[in-house]
Amino acid sequence: MNKTYGLIAAFDTTPDLYHACEKVRDAGYSQWDALTPFPVHGLDAAMGVRRSKVPRFSLAGGITGFCTGMGFIAWLGLVEYPLVVGGKPAFSPMFAFPVSYELTILFTAFATIGGMFFLNRLPMHYHPVLKAPQFVRAMDDRFYIVIEANDPKFNAAETRALLARAGGKDIAELEE
Amino acid sequence: MSAHSTDHAAPAILAEVKPVVIPRRELVEHGRDFHWITEKVCGIVEGPTPLWWWICFSIAGIVASFTVAGLTYLVSTGVGVWGHANPVNWAWDIVNFVFWIGIGHAGTLISAILCLLRQKWRTSINRASEAMTIFAVVCAAIFPVFHVGRIWFAVMPGYLFPFPNSNAIWQNFRSPLEWDVFAVSTYGTVSVLFWYVGLIPDLGTLRDRFTASGKLLKARIYGFFAMGWRGSNRQWSNYEMAYLILAGIATPLVLSVHTIVSFDFAVSLIPGWHTTIFPPYFVAGAIFSGFGMVMTLMLPLRGIYRLEDLITQYHIDCMCKITLATGTMVGYAYSMEFFIAWYGANPYEGFAFINRAFGHYAWAYWIMIGCNVITPQFFWFKAVRENTTLVWVLSIFVNVGMWFERFVIIVTSLARDFLPSSWGYYSPSIVEIFTFFGTFGVFSFLFLLFIRFVPIMPMSEVKAVIPAADPHGSSKH
Repeated sequence: MNKTYGLIAAFDTTPDLYHACEKVRDAGYSQWDALTPFPVHGLDAAMGVRRSKVPRFSLAGGITGFCTGMGFIAWLGLVEYPLVVGGKPAFSPMFAFPVSYELTILFTAFATIGGMFFLNRLPMHYHPVLKAPQFVRAMDDRFYIVIEANDPKFNAAETRALLARAGGKDIAELEE
Repeated sequence: MSAHSTDHAAPAILAEVKPVVIPRRELVEHGRDFHWITEKVCGIVEGPTPLWWWICFSIAGIVASFTVAGLTYLVSTGVGVWGHANPVNWAWDIVNFVFWIGIGHAGTLISAILCLLRQKWRTSINRASEAMTIFAVVCAAIFPVFHVGRIWFAVMPGYLFPFPNSNAIWQNFRSPLEWDVFAVSTYGTVSVLFWYVGLIPDLGTLRDRFTASGKLLKARIYGFFAMGWRGSNRQWSNYEMAYLILAGIATPLVLSVHTIVSFDFAVSLIPGWHTTIFPPYFVAGAIFSGFGMVMTLMLPLRGIYRLEDLITQYHIDCMCKITLATGTMVGYAYSMEFFIAWYGANPYEGFAFINRAFGHYAWAYWIMIGCNVITPQFFWFKAVRENTTLVWVLSIFVNVGMWFERFVIIVTSLARDFLPSSWGYYSPSIVEIFTFFGTFGVFSFLFLLFIRFVPIMPMSEVKAVIPAADPHGSSKH
């Protein structure tokens, strides 16, 4: 028998899941998650999940992109290839702006997506919940709560009782 | 004071205001549930390939081969196989480029701007519109790359991307054409990223369904692209934030792309091009043409796959109204151009516009006015908006009209510039015609592959807008 990863409990509706998440949160668990087929409005608060840190990556990406554009065009005009066209200056932030603007957006997009993957630990093609037979419904029409065995408050009997009290159905153990 | 009798007259201020409750139109009709949505959307990918798909796919492949043949001939012979000649040195290549780029704009508008504006009706059409954007950008990119003839200079160090060529000559960053390279390549890249991020949860759904039904190869392929998505709320939290930021940056991006495309013309000195109205006018036109193409694609798809509960009459109404609004803006821009040409008292500018409407290319001008200004006005009428066939036919007119708009702007201005001695008349060569015609095949080819292998609607987003998704147990916000 493999090591236990945690307990999984099913919920049929979003209100059930929402209130169950509040109960698990209030019981003081930290290593747990809700599996939903779509983002459920307000569930972050019910779970006590903090605001996402993705915007920090985006900001860093945007600043890098803008500086790359301005810096590159300045270097090109002032150092590498000073070319006089129509008596215009070798470098001006005015004509460098459109390209810098586009690069700001391009780098922000990559940083945002890269940051999202990093924070979500993706790609992760192996995860215990992906192996669970009931998981196909988590991507379809059912809602689940998974409490991990390595949570400091985890106790197989008590956690199972908590999930049952919260209205969880088909409570089962997940293998590592 | 005594004239006021408070006994019988109605009180001036109500104790309690009871606003009329007008129920919102349902976004998914007939009370369909989560599982129905999954089955409907996944069923298209999982089911057998329908016969009509093979027929359309073959036709699209044959038509696409015209572009391949035309471009092969162009590269092996030279740009002389196109009809360009002084003074019209920019013609169908840039017309087609602007046309296809413009079509792409509706996809980003639906996925980004309507997301920020919380227009929930966008959910069922955004995936297909974003796919349309990507394929339109592919078709658009063909023309700037190939119009240089020797394409290895466009892609390798040379004309487009900033690497010095063998003589250490760099691009001119004062030129809007160089800005355009960055605008269009950023637009293409961000559109693909945005589309892919939206796809991840749905690919996860398909992965698990294929695993459950024992199709392990397909499960592996979809699973590879799903990145191990497991729909956990801690993931959704980051995912939704990332999606919101992408929508936030794609909004200024979509507005900037056609603005920069319009700079290709507006920054030059040619009469009829050198106008400050171009950026907003081009953006409005791009959205107008894009919604035309969205309706051209989505209405047949809705009929074939019986998606009436997901793409409801409400969705069609919304799209028609946006087409009406942007088409009217374009009509306003046409009249304002004329007004400014007269008001600016520049004889060259004035001539350029008189020549557009009454010169040798008047036929193209009046096709443009008919398709772009008159056609959308039919969408004022509810009976028209509810006649799906008629809406589809009108959307074709929009596509045609917007192609002619670019033709009129580009060719009429060049054919009659400052010096009468250099005036000319441009006609496309057969190679150009076939190359452009073939891009519709390229576009359809890619779009057919999309509807066969990729879930055409974002299931996770559609599920999130039905009443059962509300964790507070009520759909009445």
